[in-house]
Amino acid sequence: MKRLNRRSFLKGGLASGVTAAAVTGSVGKADAAGDFGGYPDSMGVLVDLTKCIGCRTCEAACNKEQNLPAPDKPFTDMSVHDEVRHGGLPRRTSEKAYTVVNKYEVEGREHPLFRKVQCNHCQEPGCLTSCFVNAYTKTPEGAVIYDPKVCVGCRTCMIACPFYIPAYSYSSPINPVVKKCIMCYDTRLKFGRPPACVEACPQQVMTFGKRKDLIDLAHKTIKSRPSLYLDHVYGEKEVGGTSWMYLTSQDAPFGEIGFDTHLGKQPIINYVKEFLAIVPMVLTIWPALFTGFHLLATRKEAKKNDESVS
Amino acid sequence: MGIKKRKLLGLALMAAMVSPWSLPGPATAEVFELDSVKNLYEGVSFDHDMHIEITGEDCTACHHHTAGTAPVDPLCVTCHANSPEADDPSCKSCHAKDVFDADNMKKNWDTPLLHHRNKPGLKAAYHRNCLGCHEEIGAPTGCTDCHAMTEVGEKFYNTGKYAPEPTAAGQGGGHH
Repeated sequence: MKRLNRRSFLKGGLASGVTAAAVTGSVGKADAAGDFGGYPDSMGVLVDLTKCIGCRTCEAACNKEQNLPAPDKPFTDMSVHDEVRHGGLPRRTSEKAYTVVNKYEVEGREHPLFRKVQCNHCQEPGCLTSCFVNAYTKTPEGAVIYDPKVCVGCRTCMIACPFYIPAYSYSSPINPVVKKCIMCYDTRLKFGRPPACVEACPQQVMTFGKRKDLIDLAHKTIKSRPSLYLDHVYGEKEVGGTSWMYLTSQDAPFGEIGFDTHLGKQPIINYVKEFLAIVPMVLTIWPALFTGFHLLATRKEAKKNDESVS
Repeated sequence: MGIKKRKLLGLALMAAMVSPWSLPGPATAEVFELDSVKNLYEGVSFDHDMHIEITGEDCTACHHHTAGTAPVDPLCVTCHANSPEADDPSCKSCHAKDVFDADNMKKNWDTPLLHHRNKPGLKAAYHRNCLGCHEEIGAPTGCTDCHAMTEVGEKFYNTGKYAPEPTAAGQGGGHH
C-alpha cells in the first residue's frame, strides 16, 4: 500500500477523471434536452372560480362516470364544505372521490369562494416521473392516466405530486393501489368529449378546449374584466404547466384559497434530474474506477508476490 | 310519452310566444315552462310577466342586446349599442342546449366575435343569469327553490330514496 506514491496516484486518477468528465458531459446534454413541455394539441380545462357556487354537481357526476362507491353523505349535503380533516385542512381527493369542492371564506369578501380540486394533469407530471414501474402515461390528449394492474402500491407518486392528488385504496387490504382523476380519458376524453364534471356543471364554470386556446382565452377573459379577475392564470406556468388551469377574483388571490403559490415554474422532475442522471454513471463507472484504484494500489505487492513465487 | 307531450306543448308555447315577441314591447301574460335541459330536475315554471315587473321593464337585465333595449355591459356596448331586437330573443335561440356537442364546441372556438367565444350553453345561461340576480336581490337561490328534483336526480345526487345509510360521520343531511 505504501508503495503507491503521489505520482502514480495522480496518473491513475487523471485517467479516470477524464473518463468521468466525458460521461458527465454527455449526461449533462441529455439533461438539457429532457424538457418535454407537453403535447402541442393537448386538451385542457379552464376553471373560472368566480363562477362556482359549490353545488357539488361535479362531484356527483364524477362519482357516476367513474363508478365510484356511494358517498358517505348525499351530494346535496352542503355540510361537507365545513368538514375539517387532520391539520385543519379541508377535504381532499380520496379513493371514493376523485374530485371535491371546498369552500373558502376570504376576508373582505361578501361571499365564500368555492374551489374544485382534482388532478391538474401536469404537462410533465411528478407522479409519472417518480413511478418506478411506469404505471403512468401522459396521453397526447392531455390526460395523466395510470395502469392499476402495474401499480405496486408504493405511493411514491403521492409524495411526488405537488398538489396532493393521488389517493390510496386503503380499504383494499389485498391489493391497494393508487387512485386518481383520469380526466375521464377512457369514456370521454379519448373521444374528444369533455370530462363528466365539466359537462354536469350548472354554471359552466369550466371551459374545455385545446390548452393553448384556453391560455389565450384566459388572458383575454382577464383583460375583458380587469377589475374582477386577478391577473394570473394558475397552471399556465406552475410546475411546468398543467392541463387544468384556474382564474380567480382579485379579492380571493390563489394563496388564500388553498393553492400553493410557491411551486415554481419548473417541472417536478427538474429538481431531481441532475441527481438521477448521476445514478447510472455511478453504477457503471465506480466499479471500474475503484477496481482500478485497488489494482494500482496492490500492483507492487502483487509483483513482489509473483517474484517470490518464481 | 309524457316527455314528448311536454315537448309538443313547449313548441306550441314557443309558437305562441313568437307572435307577440315580433312586435315591439314586452311579451305579456306568459308563464313558461323552461324545460329544455330538464333531467336531474324538473323544468322551471318561469313567470315572465313578474320578472318584467321586477326589472322595471328593462329587458336588458336578462336579454343582453336581443330585446331591442340598449345593453349596459361595456363589453356588449362596443358592438351592440344599436342592435335591433332579435327575431327570436329567447334564451335557447342563442345559447345551445348541447353546448358540448363537437360541432358546437368548434363553432364557439372558431367564432371571430371576441366575447362570444366562451358563450355559455343553455343550462349555464339560465343558472348564471338567474342566480346572479337572485343573489343580489335576495330571491331564492337553492336548487329546489326553482325546480323539483326528479328521480333521476335523486339517484345522481345519492339523495332522497337513494341517500346513503346515515353513519356516525354522515349525520346531518339536507340541503344548505
